[in-house]
Amino acid sequence: MRNVLSLKDVTMQFGGVVAVNNLSMDVNEGEIVSLIGPNGAGKTTVFNVITGVYEATNGRILFNEEVMLENYPKGKMKKLYKGENAGVYKKSVVKLPDKITKMGIARTFQNIRLFKSMTVFENVLVAMHLRRKSNVFTATFKLNMKEEKAMREKALELLCEVGLEDVKDELATSLPYGKQRRLEIARALATQPTLLLLDEPAAGMNPQETDELTAFIKHIRDKFNLTVLLIEHHMNLVMDISDRIYVIDFGKLISSGTPEVVQADQRVIDAYLGVTEDE
Amino acid sequence: MKKTTKNIIYIALLLLIFALSYVVDIIAPYSMLVTVLRKGAVYALVAVSMNLLNGFTGLFSLGQAGFMLLGAYTYAIFTIPTAVRESVYYYYEGGIINFQMNMILAMLLAGVVAAIFAYLIGLPVLKLKSDYLAIATLGFAEIVRALAQWDGFGKITNGSNLLKKFPVLDNTTQYFLIVAICIAVIAMLIHSTYGRAFKAIRDDEIAAQAMGINLARHEQLSFVISAFFAGIGGALLAIFQTTVQANAFKSAMTYEILLIVVIGGIGSITGSILGSFLFIACSEWWLRFLDEPMFIGTFQVPLLRTGFRMVVFSVIIMIVVLFFRRGIMGDKEFSLDRIAKLFRKKAKGDKK
Repeated sequence: MRNVLSLKDVTMQFGGVVAVNNLSMDVNEGEIVSLIGPNGAGKTTVFNVITGVYEATNGRILFNEEVMLENYPKGKMKKLYKGENAGVYKKSVVKLPDKITKMGIARTFQNIRLFKSMTVFENVLVAMHLRRKSNVFTATFKLNMKEEKAMREKALELLCEVGLEDVKDELATSLPYGKQRRLEIARALATQPTLLLLDEPAAGMNPQETDELTAFIKHIRDKFNLTVLLIEHHMNLVMDISDRIYVIDFGKLISSGTPEVVQADQRVIDAYLGVTEDE
Repeated sequence: MKKTTKNIIYIALLLLIFALSYVVDIIAPYSMLVTVLRKGAVYALVAVSMNLLNGFTGLFSLGQAGFMLLGAYTYAIFTIPTAVRESVYYYYEGGIINFQMNMILAMLLAGVVAAIFAYLIGLPVLKLKSDYLAIATLGFAEIVRALAQWDGFGKITNGSNLLKKFPVLDNTTQYFLIVAICIAVIAMLIHSTYGRAFKAIRDDEIAAQAMGINLARHEQLSFVISAFFAGIGGALLAIFQTTVQANAFKSAMTYEILLIVVIGGIGSITGSILGSFLFIACSEWWLRFLDEPMFIGTFQVPLLRTGFRMVVFSVIIMIVVLFFRRGIMGDKEFSLDRIAKLFRKKAKGDKK
């Protein structure tokens, strides 16, 4: 199995707060991997580091064997960060989010971030902008009609895929919550990713919708040849869908493996339920 | 309504406007209406270019007067006939430029010069956000104005003296044509995939970036294009005024344009155009009577004196900003469908 995403010793520090602490993880091609942990464990921060929203303080991230981020503590962080791997990395490669999306990583957001002045259709269309071949002149003077038409067709196809074709001309923010989440997935797919990061896709869904989502994620994985990394709190969904699971708590990796292994791990149970000190 | 009939109506409307502009020149060549139409057209172009940046890309920039000045000066400098240069550049031995350019080429060059300056100034200032960007661009505009008046550049800019005697347009239709072409290009840009990217940046920078939109490049692009059309607008303003002096391009001019954008509706092209004509008509024409003392019989109406127009005008603006914050059009565009809908709604209301 080919390695798609690999994090090595990634640390994200905000001043004295260590949000992600020496995290190493791997995601292989075609897998669905979950990242779970109690509230505030640093899961979304991991996503933000992978997608370049934050610049990791230390560590290296490889995507398809290509260095996406390599950084070492600088300035104030140099004094603050005394991690064991602080001296390992010497280069400073930091890619911006748009570059990373172009390389093939797409994401959705925990607190939905749709373009609020645009319709459902336009939201998907915007994500097609990335793979354009036209420049600003050809686009303005309509010399790219072929491409524009292809973009529109592809966008409509994606909307059909997620079942939103009947509301395509409505304002994106006027949709109910569950549909907005599906639109975010459609929008992410429009950037033609190979790795899809889903940040709590089932938040606010009822059990039936969650079941549908499980099937849907598997379906798009097969259809678009994706690798999926997801953050989720619905344990049913996580255990159903995941090939492997990583569990983090206070930014540290506490357990990893297949759903069965993780479920049986005492450290995971402690992290979720808490440990009584005097026992 | 069918698409073809709609298009026909739009084209007919456009032709009607052009025909009117032609007729006005013939019937009332020196009337206030001509002034309003010409200046309104120029301001409409500049307002739309500002709307592209402030309304569609969400960059709060206040450098428009600076770019207009660059355009106006470029146009004036390169089109003054060589024969009269000696008299215009009286204090600077006729200046250093000894050729005259074609009007249209000079207008394009005006845009290009403004765009080049925008590119250079954009490299550092576009790293700033919101208010800070506004302050930086405002500062830029003031610096440009000061430099244009500087004695050291006198051989080019004629220092703080007037630039004059350059060729001008002699009928309103020409103004309308140039402005219409420029606005059409901006509108086409906004409706292209780049326009969608600009709107995405305005709506949510983080999401736009996550969708692979290169923020720095697109903001720079919008800034440069906006400056290009502001430059052409500046050239047109020079033509309208027949003289150019740096002193006219104060930050107050930027505020006027910002006001037009706000009154018309941030994010609406047709709003900016309507707002521009309304604004110019009010400030130049309809409220003029407030500046003249008025007598009813022997009773002199109080308060009416020179300057009172501006007081009333400010009050109107305050009311607009307080109660009609979304402007005339909001972020919608003028379209027949919307008008038809409005009528249908009214008809329904009558039945009840």
